[in-house]
Amino acid sequence: AAGVGQQWVLVEMVQAFYEAPAYHLILEGILILWIIRLLFSKTYKLQERSDLTLKEKEELIEEWQPEPLVPPVPKDHPALNYNIVSGPPTHIITVNGKECINFASFNFLGLLNNEKVKSAAQASLKKYGVGTCGPRGFYGTFDVHLELEERLAKFMRTEEAIIYSYGFATIASAIPAYSKRGDIVFVDEAACFAIQKGLQASRSNIKLFKHNDMADLERLLKEQESEDQKNPRKARVTRRFIVVEGLYMNTGDICPLPELIKLKYKYKVRIFLEESLSFGVLGAHGRGITEHFGINIDDIDLISANMENSLASIGGFCCGRSFIIDHQRLSGQGYCFSASLPPLLAAAAIEALNIMEDNPDIFQTLRAKCERIHKALQGISGLKVVGESFSPALHLQLEESCGSRENDVKLLKRVVDYCMNSGIALTQARYLEKEEKCLPPPSIRVVITVEQTEQELDKAASLLKEAAQSVLN
Amino acid sequence: INHIVHNGGLYKRPFNEAFEETPMLVAVLTYVGYGVLTLFGYLRDFMRQWKIEKCQNATEREEQKDFVPLYQDFENFYNRNLYMRIRDSWNRPICSVPGAKVDMMERVSHDYNWTFTYTGRVIKDIINMGSYNYLGFAQKTGACQEAAAKVLSQYGAGVCSTRQEMGNLDKHEELEKLVARFLGVESAMAYGMGFATNSMNIPALVGKGCLILSDELNHASLVLGARLSGATIRIFKHNNMQSLEKLLKDAIVHGQPRTRRPWKKILILVEGIYSMEGSIVRLPEVIALKKKYKSYLYLDEAHSIGALGPSGRGVVDYFGLNPEDVDVMMGTFTKSFGAAGGYIGGKKELIDYLRTYSHSAAYATSMSPPVVEQIITSVKCIMGEDGTTIGKARVQQLAENTRYFRRRLKEMGFIIYGNEDSPVVPLMLYMPAKIGAFGREMLKRNIGVVVVGFPATPIIESRARFCLSAAHTKEMLDTALKEINEVGDLLQLKYSRRRLVPLLDRPFDETTYEETED
Repeated sequence: AAGVGQQWVLVEMVQAFYEAPAYHLILEGILILWIIRLLFSKTYKLQERSDLTLKEKEELIEEWQPEPLVPPVPKDHPALNYNIVSGPPTHIITVNGKECINFASFNFLGLLNNEKVKSAAQASLKKYGVGTCGPRGFYGTFDVHLELEERLAKFMRTEEAIIYSYGFATIASAIPAYSKRGDIVFVDEAACFAIQKGLQASRSNIKLFKHNDMADLERLLKEQESEDQKNPRKARVTRRFIVVEGLYMNTGDICPLPELIKLKYKYKVRIFLEESLSFGVLGAHGRGITEHFGINIDDIDLISANMENSLASIGGFCCGRSFIIDHQRLSGQGYCFSASLPPLLAAAAIEALNIMEDNPDIFQTLRAKCERIHKALQGISGLKVVGESFSPALHLQLEESCGSRENDVKLLKRVVDYCMNSGIALTQARYLEKEEKCLPPPSIRVVITVEQTEQELDKAASLLKEAAQSVLN
Repeated sequence: INHIVHNGGLYKRPFNEAFEETPMLVAVLTYVGYGVLTLFGYLRDFMRQWKIEKCQNATEREEQKDFVPLYQDFENFYNRNLYMRIRDSWNRPICSVPGAKVDMMERVSHDYNWTFTYTGRVIKDIINMGSYNYLGFAQKTGACQEAAAKVLSQYGAGVCSTRQEMGNLDKHEELEKLVARFLGVESAMAYGMGFATNSMNIPALVGKGCLILSDELNHASLVLGARLSGATIRIFKHNNMQSLEKLLKDAIVHGQPRTRRPWKKILILVEGIYSMEGSIVRLPEVIALKKKYKSYLYLDEAHSIGALGPSGRGVVDYFGLNPEDVDVMMGTFTKSFGAAGGYIGGKKELIDYLRTYSHSAAYATSMSPPVVEQIITSVKCIMGEDGTTIGKARVQQLAENTRYFRRRLKEMGFIIYGNEDSPVVPLMLYMPAKIGAFGREMLKRNIGVVVVGFPATPIIESRARFCLSAAHTKEMLDTALKEINEVGDLLQLKYSRRRLVPLLDRPFDETTYEETED
């Protein structure tokens, strides 16, 4: 039966063949010939230019000249000649052979030279040696690290903390662990370079809002909301973050955290707070900007800080709820793929924390000193003070620029040199001019520490007035 | 495939690298193992979703439950269902100096590794085959520690400023001059973290319009640095010079994609010793290619500095080449010097440029003084400038230990990857259950090993990785080898299908090295 069925189908086919119009047959024939040609022709590679002979290729290879690996740097480039500090960078510092009072190191609580901190580090050195010889996952986790993480979590009153061995790497590894391609991050214009690198590594959409301008941020959030309504499926999987600093390194002012919290709950955005300058400075007990404003710390999703300012050690930490922090233990690049913090530095940080907890009045003292010098520096002709009155890291910018950034930098250098020659160590704030997204204007950095006496503060202020007078007028 | 290469005089000594193929049965069983684990994973997730099983994960806050979820459920599938089961093999806390023997804090879990509690007991004198302590400088007594203690009491622990501002101490200048002398280059610069050295300096050297040719198995820091730079990245097969040459030819002949403009510069990124494979880069061939095609070479000697070469100066010394042929010599101080941090060495123009334009110099705090002192003392020791021969003795001891250990493991029948001379010894485990079992069994016998699985290695090629040290004595190695033999029999790890002819038991002598038999 099958055979007959087949034959019948064949007959039908032949019939159709005879009955079809001529153009139809011709078209089919052309198509069949085309297919046969394609099947047998050589594969067409898009990359190779098949018109180049071997000889031509060799000529191209001979002729090609690369750029030099690095362009030459002019000898008088301001960033090339470093200040050489002989001896410890403490309150009295020897810079380029001259003894000065230190107004340039971020040693806010004066813990760099503290005997208790040093002896804790010595004890740790005797027990563990210097290096840890491995990342946290492979026998690089010491009991000191676990203790430091517990103490930091307890101090900041969060569930968990995680430490990194390099301050820059802390926020630069934390952001890409959560924010991936396709997510949206709203970040302040004045964010520091480490945050910018973290954002670049995360490949997310970055939206900059004007510095401390909540209206601008709200406008961006509203725009995003209307975008979401057009595409709700995508909006349901796009994570959103706001990244701000507690005390901005580049401008010395504070972020308006209560308004940010309101915006967080209104637009369902998570907040990452970078507290490198405000940890150990703001708040009645030094817990940072959340204590300063009296905000519940669980409202902030992630707090990241480095231990290189107030704690006078090396490294950084992130703290928050376990739900958030635990993720970094497997996806924080600077945590998993790098050796852990040397135990002596962790022990120094623990002792510094002890001192911070036992003496909560140093924060008040520091704030008083900041206010004093902030007032004393007002009214210098030619220089304006940039920063909050309670910020221990201020900037002095030129009131009027002389035209080009290079000339501004040279002028400020003369002011700094004048001060250095008279015994006050200052430095200009250094930036990578081509790499910063929003380059701040050139400025002199003034850092206030708890060790400076009122006399020294007054001396510094009057010296700066003198320097400005003689150089800028 | 076993290569013994004397490539036309480029190599002055035999180059023996072996990556034995995975036996077919083992590969099939490994895939089956992962399949079973995945099925069970789905089952457990289902049970957790329907509240049949208690969910032990940390959860989102009540007030934020309507926010977009922070983690995709699927991302964490591997974490929840495979990694959690054997999590006790990693992050083991220790409480002594990470030398040849180490003390570990005992921890137990009563809920299958979701949480750990410390019993308070300390397991003493575990033979440490996991720390990167190649030359044994992780010590709590000795010249290095004393010098570091002195500097600590003088300078303090922190620095509180960046290199370009007020953080450049005289100690840093001393260190950099010493490192430049050690490497045989014009100038060097040191940074506080090895990872950051790569991720912050590669973007300063190359940018858009440049080409980066990177090895398949490069470390995460090199990959991150390459990505952050904005240059085009092309990957060549691991240690495969034909693949590299083809990429170089194509790049120069065809130029940039689409616009056909010539590339501004080409940078080749390789490592000295690859830490997961134990292979050594074919440096003479890479340098020959680099010179022929006028490109630049960036050599990351994180694991090979101090560990290779007759005088401990790394892979350039091992092959007897000129350090000036390598454009950028990068390395870390964490492994062979017992400290922390990284360095870059090269011509003076390069280092001057990096001093001005490196991200780390402008924004990151400089190195801590006692750590700097540790590096200075240990480098002087290796060079022999401290008046003793301790450094030279350690370098030789490491080479002996390496050869001995690798040979004995191969005789026992394990599959060992990598080069004969590399102190990183990967022993193949393949199956997921054996990863956890190997780690735990070795710990029961007082030996601490490192086991690695996916995602650090390809999914079926999980391995145990031994890091040899000059501090390991022959007795320690023999004890370790005995236990590895026992565990190998217990877990059936002896997959190798070729056996080495065992050498007669006589003291190690470099000239009596026998060839392998297939």
